[in-house]
Amino acid sequence: MQTTEDAKGGRMSTEGTRPEAAADQGGRAAVVPGAVGGADLVIENVSKRFAAFTAVDDLSLTIPSGSFFALLGPSGCGKSTTLRIVAGLEQPSEGTLRIGDEDVTDLPSHRRPVNTVFQSYALFPHMSVLDNVAFGLKQRKVADAVARAKEALELVELGHLANRRPAQLSGGQQQRVALARAVVNRPQVLLLDEPLGALDMKLRRQMQVELKQIQIELGLTFVHVTHDQEEAMTMADVVAVMNHGRIEQMGAPRELYELPKTAFVANFLGKSNLMHGKVVGRDGDYLQVEAAGGLQRVRADRAVAETGDVVLGVRPEKMRIFTAGEETVPAGHNRLDGTIVDASFTGVSTEYLVEVPGVGTVGTFTQNMGQVTGKAGEPAVMCWDPDFTFGLAGDDDVAAGAAERDA
Amino acid sequence: MRAPASRRPEPAENLSAAEQKAEKARGRIGVGLIVPGFVFLLLFFAAPVFVLLAMSLYAKPPGAETGVFVPAFEVSNYVVALSEYWVPLLRSFLFAGIATVLALIIGYTMAYLVAVRLRQHKLLAAILLVILIAPFFSSFVLRTQAWKQILSDEGFVVEALRFVAILPEDGRLTATSIAVVAGLTYNFLPFMTLPIYASLERLDTRLLEAAGDLFASPMTAFRKVTLPLSMPGVFAGTLLTFIPASGDYINATILGNNRDTAMIGQVIDSRFFKIVDYPMAAALSTVLMVVILILVMAYIRKFGTKELF
Amino acid sequence: MRFKQRIGRWLVPVLGGLAFVYLLVPIAYIFVYSFNDAGRTNLTWQGFTFSNWLNPCGAPNICDALGNSLSIAFVATIIATVLGTAIALGLARYKFRFRKLADILIILPLATPEVVLGASLLAQFLNLGWELGYWTVVISHVTFCMAFVVVTVRARVSALDGRLEEAAGDLYASPRTTFWKVTFPLLLPGVVAAALLSFAMSFDDFIIANFNSGTFDTFPKFIYVAATRGIPAQANVIGSGIFLIALVIVVTGTVLSYRRQKALAAR
Ligand SMILES: Nc1ncnc2c1ncn2[C@@H]1O[C@H](COP(=O)(O)OP(=O)(O)O)[C@@H](O)[C@H]1O
Ligand SMILES: [Mg+2]
Repeated sequence: MQTTEDAKGGRMSTEGTRPEAAADQGGRAAVVPGAVGGADLVIENVSKRFAAFTAVDDLSLTIPSGSFFALLGPSGCGKSTTLRIVAGLEQPSEGTLRIGDEDVTDLPSHRRPVNTVFQSYALFPHMSVLDNVAFGLKQRKVADAVARAKEALELVELGHLANRRPAQLSGGQQQRVALARAVVNRPQVLLLDEPLGALDMKLRRQMQVELKQIQIELGLTFVHVTHDQEEAMTMADVVAVMNHGRIEQMGAPRELYELPKTAFVANFLGKSNLMHGKVVGRDGDYLQVEAAGGLQRVRADRAVAETGDVVLGVRPEKMRIFTAGEETVPAGHNRLDGTIVDASFTGVSTEYLVEVPGVGTVGTFTQNMGQVTGKAGEPAVMCWDPDFTFGLAGDDDVAAGAAERDA
Repeated sequence: MRAPASRRPEPAENLSAAEQKAEKARGRIGVGLIVPGFVFLLLFFAAPVFVLLAMSLYAKPPGAETGVFVPAFEVSNYVVALSEYWVPLLRSFLFAGIATVLALIIGYTMAYLVAVRLRQHKLLAAILLVILIAPFFSSFVLRTQAWKQILSDEGFVVEALRFVAILPEDGRLTATSIAVVAGLTYNFLPFMTLPIYASLERLDTRLLEAAGDLFASPMTAFRKVTLPLSMPGVFAGTLLTFIPASGDYINATILGNNRDTAMIGQVIDSRFFKIVDYPMAAALSTVLMVVILILVMAYIRKFGTKELF
Repeated sequence: MRFKQRIGRWLVPVLGGLAFVYLLVPIAYIFVYSFNDAGRTNLTWQGFTFSNWLNPCGAPNICDALGNSLSIAFVATIIATVLGTAIALGLARYKFRFRKLADILIILPLATPEVVLGASLLAQFLNLGWELGYWTVVISHVTFCMAFVVVTVRARVSALDGRLEEAAGDLYASPRTTFWKVTFPLLLPGVVAAALLSFAMSFDDFIIANFNSGTFDTFPKFIYVAATRGIPAQANVIGSGIFLIALVIVVTGTVLSYRRQKALAAR
């Protein structure tokens, strides 16, 4: 568990030049006791249709109180619509919504204990930064609204810009104001709709760390929408992968990554090598699968189906690659033979694309330990521990999600 | 040649010769662009206003014919103008003020409907926008005359109002202050609505969602977000309505009577053309202009925004 | 609660709709009475006829007045648009001494009621000994349209992205080419809007023309004078006709641009 002190140190080092923020212990400490944690958010059979188009399709989710929950999916899959339904900005066509024990389905947005950090930030251009942050508190007639708003600005280290107008801030600063404006209300659920989308890569990584730390400090429930799988995995306790208005799979990031249940998740959340095969027998805990012109093994408890057609998958980094003839394949490992079509040296590693008959192009890489494994055009052998293999339904589309990931 | 920094410390002035030359050339283009229009305005706006000021001080030589005046410094013209015509003068501002407030309410509602509520319905909004602009294209005088007919004693509006007893049996609408104010409101409505529409159209409705998300009811969101952001339009619209309305006399002439609805424009017009008392007409014009300028300045001081012009 | 919400939702459309009806009432009246078989006075309904529409110039002098107004509006619009656009560019883009003063001189006509403008121009023309007629009306209309042109175009100039001009310069365009190929096309919608506004205002102006036209007749003046005797139904025909033409032009333009936007969005 990270301490508050560490958190601040981390932000300081990335941000650079504001010793007074670290000195302001009192302000920071005063914010934390106000945090009472959140409440469970329960979405039950919610659908949303726009004319004939179904944007959210019979979605059910329970987001536990105090968790950092990420809703991950390609653009257009219905993430924003889901968030807007939770925020009360959109009425669901069907289904109910509960926060804690209260049914909030029919509650207008201004009566919901929910706040949003909008993708466009939606800062009020005619108000100062401080007035923006104090807005929600003033609406609820909180007595020390301005003092609390100032504390929230200190929390995002913008105390010194309180009197500026939003237009006079940089993108990253505006993003922090939007965050402060939502967080200051201590909502039971905080919704973040791709809040880092407009920031450049460096600022984005920095903000990811800060957001996570603020969530831990305040103990609020965060629902974070993103199409960036790396962002979802680094930040969230629980990730739900969404596609075409439905949840494909939900779980802890490592769980999703190591054991995807659909080709879409396997491809969208990191890369995977997938191949069609057929279960031909059983060997203790393992299924024997005929695939890629050989016999591969997968643990039965890591396969979606135990008979008939299956799709086998393995993550690129789990594989090892050898020049043909020099291979040392441990007994019982799965093995693929092919021809290198591309080898690109990136410094830390070398990435290979290998054409395997009956499978297609397989990707893998080797860490740079000084070795030189192969060049384009040379035959190669790849192998991996069968415990890393996962089995998907035989009729799954092996290309699903790959294009969306790279988009 | 660079000027010594000690003598010219301002960085803006501290330009190289090439920069200064470029700056000067740009300045010359700018001056060249505005000179023709400027000369025109000097000749046909500034000079006429000056002539008007001068004329307002002319005197009528004893025994001269109608319409003959000599240059003088007859300040008493203003005393007469104010003492005799303070009633229509005040009435002009009163009527124009009421008409401006009414036009603001009506125009804001229309602009809001088209620019915010119907934002998703592009075609309907476009058609309503045409109707907003439409009065511009049918003659002002003709429309006012039409109102006179519609509000006439035999018209159905008066009969309907009499029927529901809003108007007494012998009550009428033409030749009343109500008719004049209604006409002013109607005729200057597009000048109010269009600037408000222009500023509401730029309103980012996501800000209203944000306000709702931050516990503001729709009404509060309107008060705290929509209204402040549309203020430049409201500001321009009120000025564009109030100024011409206070000087207008078509509505007062067509829809009013000669006794208790006379506005200052009517007086100026009749001084000029019927009575041929140029100094008095000029003095009244000057008073009107000065009062409007004072009111406008005060208004800009109080509510002014830089975005207006 | 629910009830209150529903009222809130319907209040603006209902009130706004009523306002639109209010806006259209006299226009509808003018249109209906253009079909009145009126004879000399068009005050009461005498029966339906197409004859006014078939013979819009039937009333004495009406079409002369209309022609005068159109001609004046056309000439005044061109002069006001050219001078006003140049001023807008000059004021928004270039720095020179007396700019604040120039700003004020240009805005002042907007703060001047038409009677005052008309009266002062009349005083000036009397002073100069010019004969009142076509050109005095044109001049006075230019004066009062120009400020509107400056304000409209200037808003557009300020909204221009200066980087586009820099990009054009970077791509070897001379300042002159840059102006005509980049700046001007971007300003054009504003200039066109300003010109349309000028035309409408000049065409519809009564007060200023009344001061500065002498015996020369314009369309609004014709109606104003006729009103004392009864406006001929042909005036309603012309008023409705102009309105309908404008409506058709604007609606066509809107529908076309709407279609184009839809087509672009569909792609
Ligand atoms: N108001 C609306 N009307 C019609 N279609 C909509 C509307 N809002 C969203 N959609 C459609 O619903 C789908 C999901 O949108 P959204 O939830 O914004 O996706 P995401 O946030 O995951 O990118 C999209 O295909 C979008 O076009
Ligand atoms: Mg989205």
